[in-house]
Amino acid sequence: MDTRVPAVKMRNITKTFGNVVANDKVWLDIYRGEILALLGENGSGKTTLMNMLSGIYFPDEGEISIDGKEVVIRSPKDAFKLGIGMIHQHFKLVDVLTAAENIVLGLKDEGRLDMRKVNEKVKEICDAYGFEVDPSQKIYDMSVSQKQTVEIIKVLYRGADILILDEPTAVLTPQETDKLFAVLRNMRDAGKAIVIITHKMHEVEALSDRVAVLRHGQFIGDMPTKDTNAQEMTNMMVGHPVVLNIDRPEPVNPKSRIEVKNLTVKNIDGIVKLDDVSFTANSGEILGIAGISGCGQKELLEAIAGLQPTESGSICYINDDGEREELVGKDPMDIAKLGVSLSFVPEDRLGMGLVGNMDLADNMMLRSFRRGHSFFTDRKSPKRLAQDVVDKLEVSTPGISTPVRRLSGGNVQKVLIGREIASAPTVLLTAYAVRGLDINSSYTIYDLINKQKQAGVAVIYVGEDLDVLLELADRILILCGGKVSGIIPGRGAKKEQVGMMMTRLGGKEENE
Amino acid sequence: MFDFVSFIPRAVVQGVPLLYGCTGETLTEKSGNLNLGIPGIMYVGGISGVIGAFLYEQSLPSPDAINGFLAVLIPVLSCLLGSLLMGLLYCFLTVTLRANQNVTGLAMTTFGVGFGNFFGGSLIKLTGSEVPSIALSNTSAFFSRSLPFADKLGWFGKIFLSYGFLAYLSVAIALIAAYMLKKTRVGLQLRAVGESPETADAAGINVNRYKYVATCVGSMIAGLGGLYYVMDYACGVWSNDAFGDRGWLAIALVIFTIWRPNWAVISSFLFGGLYILYLFIPTGMNLCVKELYKMIPYIVTIIVLIITSMRNKRENQPPASLGLAYFREER
Amino acid sequence: MNKENRGPLVHIVKRGSIPWYTGWLIRGSAIVLALIVCALVTTLLTGENPIQIYAAMFKGAFGTPRKIWILLQNLSILLCIALALTPAFKMRFWNIGGEGQVLIGGLASAACMILLGDKVPNWALICIMVAASIGAGALWAVIPGFFKAKWNTNETLFTLMMNYVAIQLVAFFVILWEVPKGAGKIGIINQSTQAGWLPQIGSYKYLLNIIIVALITIGMYVYLNYSKHGYEISVVGESERTARYVGIKVEKVIIRTMLLSGAICGIAGLLLVGGTDHTITTTIAGGRGYTAIMVAWLAKFNPITMIFASLLLVFLSRGATEISTIFGLNHSFADILTGIILFFIIGSEFFINYKLSFRKSAKKEAEA
Repeated sequence: MDTRVPAVKMRNITKTFGNVVANDKVWLDIYRGEILALLGENGSGKTTLMNMLSGIYFPDEGEISIDGKEVVIRSPKDAFKLGIGMIHQHFKLVDVLTAAENIVLGLKDEGRLDMRKVNEKVKEICDAYGFEVDPSQKIYDMSVSQKQTVEIIKVLYRGADILILDEPTAVLTPQETDKLFAVLRNMRDAGKAIVIITHKMHEVEALSDRVAVLRHGQFIGDMPTKDTNAQEMTNMMVGHPVVLNIDRPEPVNPKSRIEVKNLTVKNIDGIVKLDDVSFTANSGEILGIAGISGCGQKELLEAIAGLQPTESGSICYINDDGEREELVGKDPMDIAKLGVSLSFVPEDRLGMGLVGNMDLADNMMLRSFRRGHSFFTDRKSPKRLAQDVVDKLEVSTPGISTPVRRLSGGNVQKVLIGREIASAPTVLLTAYAVRGLDINSSYTIYDLINKQKQAGVAVIYVGEDLDVLLELADRILILCGGKVSGIIPGRGAKKEQVGMMMTRLGGKEENE
Repeated sequence: MFDFVSFIPRAVVQGVPLLYGCTGETLTEKSGNLNLGIPGIMYVGGISGVIGAFLYEQSLPSPDAINGFLAVLIPVLSCLLGSLLMGLLYCFLTVTLRANQNVTGLAMTTFGVGFGNFFGGSLIKLTGSEVPSIALSNTSAFFSRSLPFADKLGWFGKIFLSYGFLAYLSVAIALIAAYMLKKTRVGLQLRAVGESPETADAAGINVNRYKYVATCVGSMIAGLGGLYYVMDYACGVWSNDAFGDRGWLAIALVIFTIWRPNWAVISSFLFGGLYILYLFIPTGMNLCVKELYKMIPYIVTIIVLIITSMRNKRENQPPASLGLAYFREER
Repeated sequence: MNKENRGPLVHIVKRGSIPWYTGWLIRGSAIVLALIVCALVTTLLTGENPIQIYAAMFKGAFGTPRKIWILLQNLSILLCIALALTPAFKMRFWNIGGEGQVLIGGLASAACMILLGDKVPNWALICIMVAASIGAGALWAVIPGFFKAKWNTNETLFTLMMNYVAIQLVAFFVILWEVPKGAGKIGIINQSTQAGWLPQIGSYKYLLNIIIVALITIGMYVYLNYSKHGYEISVVGESERTARYVGIKVEKVIIRTMLLSGAICGIAGLLLVGGTDHTITTTIAGGRGYTAIMVAWLAKFNPITMIFASLLLVFLSRGATEISTIFGLNHSFADILTGIILFFIIGSEFFINYKLSFRKSAKKEAEA
């Protein structure tokens, strides 16, 4: 038994949304000077629980005490007063305002708004913990990691000493993650209580002092991190033993399928996003793409899919008979008309891959609605396909007429991938296929991708988790600032080597 | 030679109602509420002032007994009250009950215009008064009284000093609103509410209160536009539908001025000028061509709209959550 | 066990799904409540018995066969405009230019009747009128559509301005063609020859209009729900990026849909000018371009439900007109009543989507 007084004590917390019980009598203790990792699968209620602590939701039942005193948190304002600050997974920042303006938002200081004073105080915080931020920069000009920094400073500026971070590393590069962890350790040592929600087991092991596990909205248990291991934690989260290995079957009879030559792409502002990129993707093989976020991965996939105008270079599709088709300058319709079966699982699932307000069946129709010469669409086969995807991929949904936005992240991804592979593609492009997904769903997705590979599909897999890339991909292409930093075989590749190549063209050792 | 000395004052008096409406709607939209009820609110503001003034004038033993202070105060207060109630109704429906803003606004316009025309047409019958028509010329005299030395200063006086106090007030309100939005904490937080209510909420700002206050204040400002129109421009004579489409033009001006009240000052006078330009273009005997010249303000708006959309800038976008209801526990 | 939870007094919770009849029950009670409030307001202003007032409203709307025909005619025009706006709204294109598109369609019809009335045979004239009004309406809608597709120009403002341009254009032609000179209006066109008047079915003056709109209603329902175009419109409306991702040409869909939207508005103009009024004025659309927006929204963009929504609004306006005549009130009284009823219907949506839970009841549950 712990004898310390917890900074936060949550007891019997229950929260329901409509008919869904998100939290069911949950207990949780958070201590100062400690980093707590809150684990659980998607939909296990971690974010809901933390949202109640930060005043976004109000619990239906249960009590919360701070430093032994019972409190009521009705709004985020109440939470601030109690020293609780949350950094949400989707940043709560106003794009058109500057960093400093975002930081002081909602504060009731005396006198008129003096941005100079604010800037000074922001700088103080930056110096204390080692952040780098320009207070007068507009949020829309910032990278993801800069935005996250602003979020953290915002919380610290308010004097928060209980910090909650919801999947803070999901969008960061390994280097940025290391930096963030250093800051978090600094803060822990300064006596702050820190809660981090994450799916990545190696991060839990590297960073946290204690772990707490939720499953299906219920509290399963907590323990010091040093007394447990990834396997045990995963089993607790999932509820049954899980094998944490990714298969990597040998490619069977690989043939060139997509040949990219000297591809250069500029974005809408005229900035070069891809610079003279050349590579070949083979059938029956997974080509992994690694790189710091925003290094041209999105543009590369979208250029192949016909969604991104290119400056120069060529993208050739080679079919089984060796005939070549140029894809540059064609839109998705033209590409489909050529008979090229190309599937694309984009990064932005609900904003691009699917329509959130439409149900499963209507989303299946996105790919097939043009079929046939009739003026009308065929509504029956998408329904069959939806039912098929739900059954085969074990999508948990009330039915195929549920809007997809109501599904959890993992299930949304299953629906999207299910639809994309249903058209028997010869090329499969995936961007961050497991981002935000829990372990169980992630392994289902790896499995699906491997099955496609074995069926002879040329898979291009853009990933952010290097550990997974190294285990899954047959070859890895590393992008650095829009250029190809190198292409190495996946088997035997070292994480450090890939990491170096991500930040420096060709990597340090292999500099010519 | 184009007669600027008589053109500019007429453009200004045309522009004042637009400026009130535009400033009011800008504040409202900055809170994320797209209030298409502004045309109705301006009608209600106007008629409420008329009702107040009418009842006051009727209560007097003789027209000479009119007290200048009360003659101004009563219409202004009743105008503010009327438009405040409309603003509250809009907020109750869209903020508290989270109704669709477009439809609520259109319904408010139907209601408000009907309200104005109904009372404008039936006020005499309802109160059983014995006057042939609503002509509040006594009250109006106080509203349109210009600065005393305006006549002595020639063209300068005519262009800058010849207006009633509500005209100067409209400019002052617009400039104050611009300062408030840009430089103060309240303005910053209001902008945050309109851009991203969930962010504002997470930062501890009371989103609903900001929406209510901004929308109600905006409605009251817009209502003054209606009051100015009847009391000053129309010399205290209410005629049904005379206010016309000015409410819609005010909403158009908001987009035109890319949500900046200080730009609204110039733009609304410019627009007022375009609105009456047809009177100053010689057409000879050909009456129908005048109707074509009346298109000018609309065509100019369209052209400006197209040009600004071609050179799209991030700062020139509407508040990001404009038109959307906010519910904290949305998921 | 559970201590008192000092939460907010009233707490709003989003409902899951509710059975359809509960939804209609809520809407129904809202209308009943609204009618009570309207009755109170009317009584206050007129001193009459509310029951008499409603009797008068019904009589005004349904009292005689002639009144029923007028009601149906008004209904069909309003419904026609609402149907025209629906595909645009489904695409999240806020077309508030219905008014102008109807006017310009009507103007095109009138122009044909005046200029070609005695030059071509009647059947050819009517064909030309149909083509001209559809074309004019479509053109009026496609201009903002084109700029929206190309440069994302704000369509709300653009379509609104197009209304005024249309009004001025009509005003111009009214003076150009005025009969007699100086009258400021055109009067009944081709009164003697009836050239360009749409044919009357039997002795029913309005039947043709009603049949045409009924066909458009069914057509629009099928188009939106079962056609490929309808599906594309929904996808573009929900997310342009998704539409591009699956290879839908967004610009093409916007332009095509606006052509359709404007064309149907043009038909409404044709029906007004060629079918019933046989003249053109700047107020021939009578604000129905705006009212139709409310009809479309009240019906949640479902063409069949729109029949009932337009019926409600037309009934109100016809009924209130009757009251104002009988009790000597200003005609605008109808707008006030319509406004009140709309407020109640709009507000009732809240109780369909959300439910309130009070602190007290939560405590009771906990104790139980």
